[in-house]
Amino acid sequence: MAIKLKVNGVSLTIEADPEEPLLYILREEFGFNGAKFGCGLQQCGTCMVLADGEALATCVQPCQNFEGMEIITIEGLSEGDKSHPLQETFYSEQAAQCGYCVNGMLIAALALLRKNPKPNDEEIRLSLDKVICRCGTHSRFISAVKKAADQNSRF
Amino acid sequence: MEPLKTNRRGFIKATGQLLIGFNLFPLTFCGTKEGDGYAISPYQGIPERPHVDRSLIDSWIRLDAEGHVTILTGKQELGQGIRTALMQIAAEELDVNMDICHIINGDTGQTANEGYTAGSNSVEGSGKAIREAAAEAREFLVKKAASDWGTKVNEINVQNGIIYGPNDQKTSYWELVDGNFYEAKVSGKAKEKEPKDHQIVGKAIPREDIKNLVKGVAHFVHDLRLPGMVHARVLHPPSYSSQIIKTDLSSVNEMPGVLKVIQNGNFLAVIATREYQAVKAWQKLREVTDWEAKNINILPEQLFDDMIKSSEKAELIEDSPGITQQIRQSLQKLKSTYMRPYHMHGSTGPSCALAKWENNQLTVWSPTQGVYPLQVTLADLFDLETENIRCIGMPGSGCYGHNGADDVSAEAALVAKAYPKAPVRLQWMREDEHMWEPYGSAMRIELEAGIDQEGLVTAWDTQIWSDTHSTRPRGDAGHYISARHLEEPFEFKKGNFSGGAYRNATPLYNISSKRLRLYNYDGPLRTSALRGLGAYGNIFALESFMDEMANLAAVDPLEFRKNNLDDPRAIAVLDRLAKESNYHNRIQQSNTGYGLAFAKYKNSAAYFAVLAEVEINQENKSFHLQKLTGVIDAGQCINPDGLINQTEGGMIQSASWTLLEEVKYDEKGVLSKDWITYPILRSKETPEVIVHIINRPEEKPLGAGEAAQGPVAAAIANAVFDGTGTRVRDLPIKAEKIDW
Repeated sequence: MAIKLKVNGVSLTIEADPEEPLLYILREEFGFNGAKFGCGLQQCGTCMVLADGEALATCVQPCQNFEGMEIITIEGLSEGDKSHPLQETFYSEQAAQCGYCVNGMLIAALALLRKNPKPNDEEIRLSLDKVICRCGTHSRFISAVKKAADQNSRF
Repeated sequence: MEPLKTNRRGFIKATGQLLIGFNLFPLTFCGTKEGDGYAISPYQGIPERPHVDRSLIDSWIRLDAEGHVTILTGKQELGQGIRTALMQIAAEELDVNMDICHIINGDTGQTANEGYTAGSNSVEGSGKAIREAAAEAREFLVKKAASDWGTKVNEINVQNGIIYGPNDQKTSYWELVDGNFYEAKVSGKAKEKEPKDHQIVGKAIPREDIKNLVKGVAHFVHDLRLPGMVHARVLHPPSYSSQIIKTDLSSVNEMPGVLKVIQNGNFLAVIATREYQAVKAWQKLREVTDWEAKNINILPEQLFDDMIKSSEKAELIEDSPGITQQIRQSLQKLKSTYMRPYHMHGSTGPSCALAKWENNQLTVWSPTQGVYPLQVTLADLFDLETENIRCIGMPGSGCYGHNGADDVSAEAALVAKAYPKAPVRLQWMREDEHMWEPYGSAMRIELEAGIDQEGLVTAWDTQIWSDTHSTRPRGDAGHYISARHLEEPFEFKKGNFSGGAYRNATPLYNISSKRLRLYNYDGPLRTSALRGLGAYGNIFALESFMDEMANLAAVDPLEFRKNNLDDPRAIAVLDRLAKESNYHNRIQQSNTGYGLAFAKYKNSAAYFAVLAEVEINQENKSFHLQKLTGVIDAGQCINPDGLINQTEGGMIQSASWTLLEEVKYDEKGVLSKDWITYPILRSKETPEVIVHIINRPEEKPLGAGEAAQGPVAAAIANAVFDGTGTRVRDLPIKAEKIDW
């Protein structure tokens, strides 16, 4: 069945099983790496994308549910050579160890900052809480989001 | 890849390579650069050639025609930042800038055999080899320039690979070699730089790979896409002893996209064109397969008693005659028992590997911690010569020891053999990872000690009950779970029992009489190496016990530790912690508890002291870990930010183990199958973490990646005691265990 998806501003019609979760489409049809399989149970946030401004898990929801939505992945965050403020501060804070959860943390932070560009500490923690990080990099993700919020007003 | 039919000189001319000491036995198969679909391009500057002799400079350091330096290491990047640290070491000794350096991690086709990336040994081991090779290469090149120019070596200056002579002479490493072949060995005698002259070592050089991670650039083995690649899933049994009663492969076979369904004894796998098709086929296979299994006899509530009942005779690790009497006669004496449950690695991304089987030659792209041990164990599994197996290490999701990485690699190879020629990508499902990874062993630790009138510990008696902390594959295929499920199963011989179980059990404190007895216990769950091995449980016990004794002796716990220590570096981390945390002027409120702990990891690696602060809420009968302040002395610090990042991570991970985690199981098998049934610490509850470094540039670098695990557990227990008066001796430390 033809599925029409708009990802990072580009519309693409693909032939797919409409029940296939968006994650596999993003990785296999679009060739993206950002969203990753973590649990397949919507528990860990590793597979999240921004869909109509919300951080949504893609590992269970069928791709057809995302039709008509504005989908953004971390691949679509940079503008030309210019990185997104969150990409900048994740790098400057060296907010990664193994890096497997970085996608989820970035997307969770992006959803927050687009709604609330000046969040307090608790709001940042709450937004990142849906993402599992096993290396214990949480404190750096929190500082990176704080720094991005301090230095910018638009996301 | 075609063999290169050329001699060394011809090879150099043909490739524009400038090499010091190399060997030329080109690989005839398994090239990683064939095809365009290789999403993660290795640096193309140097062609691949196998490692032959670790004494050659070329085994560690290579120069190429474009003015780059490539560093080779047998160690894996696990997110601990080892790539950056090793490049810093090489760049420092060679006098080159970091931006011209590249690094290749473990690959049996290219790098030295450095065993497993384990035990916080990479900087101490690989770092040392690379430092020696780089110093040797620099010395070799500088001597050559001096001889060409007729000047003295000490009149020569090198900056970023450009060599300057006393009379305005100028050349570069690369020009100097000029396409010639020089074979040079690492003598270990080349003069290394004085720490005071270090310009790159000791600097917080950022990890460049984070730039890629935030943009979704291919990085993990999970991101590898090879031409013609197919997707596989393995259906693991519901429990360790399960046997198939019936299954229906044909119903799975006819599903869309399914290429093959494999059954070999109790080993079941599916292969499909698309990943989602493989997942669907796996789900179907699970529905149509019935199993029978033996019940697990030893349930969690019996586990710690069973350790005493069922263990073998004690192994006497350390003895001090008359210790029982000595403790009995002490002015004050104490005895306590501590317990830790089974803990999980719980990697965020499930294990994943790719394998290709072609013409009886096997290539595996693996997130293993050791490509050579993988190679030799696969050789056993398939009865193949190691020459016919190439294992290429790739970054996986965070790995803290022996998780599913080796198992998934072996399984990918099993599937690839049944479906030759196509690269097979196998990724575990979440439940595979949670239920089948080898856990950190549960432990029971009994401590007994005596104190004299000066408040000094005079005798210390330790008894440990533990399952093994190392079942890593080292040549016996029985160490792979799926090899045990085959029609002709490989036997699992546990062996290696005591390895790691008594790590850090001997106190570093100045105690004249010490005894250490270890009871090897064959427990109900699969166990192996998890960050720190036994050190986590042993330090939790030891440092909780020190606190109990300080309390008994009515001495401040910091002073009590210092009074019993000789090692000035141990005392220094405690003093620095007191200063940084304002320990002596800490605010004593009824709702705050403070606890500290200290250890020197393995009694031979980094020193680490930590203060935990917990907030007590009597009304809600709850507590919250607010803050952890740590001080680490890892000798010469290669990269302070890398060291801080690793230590912060260790502290938060240990806090998670200590506060929340235990693998749940019942008679039917493991119940902790996902993040709901095995919750770990998330951002909302994460404590504030602060790490201070005592840098000792003149000392040798010490392994640091596992230093925080044990002390943090004890510091939290001690803080909870300070705040509530309840001593929790069985992990995890949960509010319901506190006597409110």
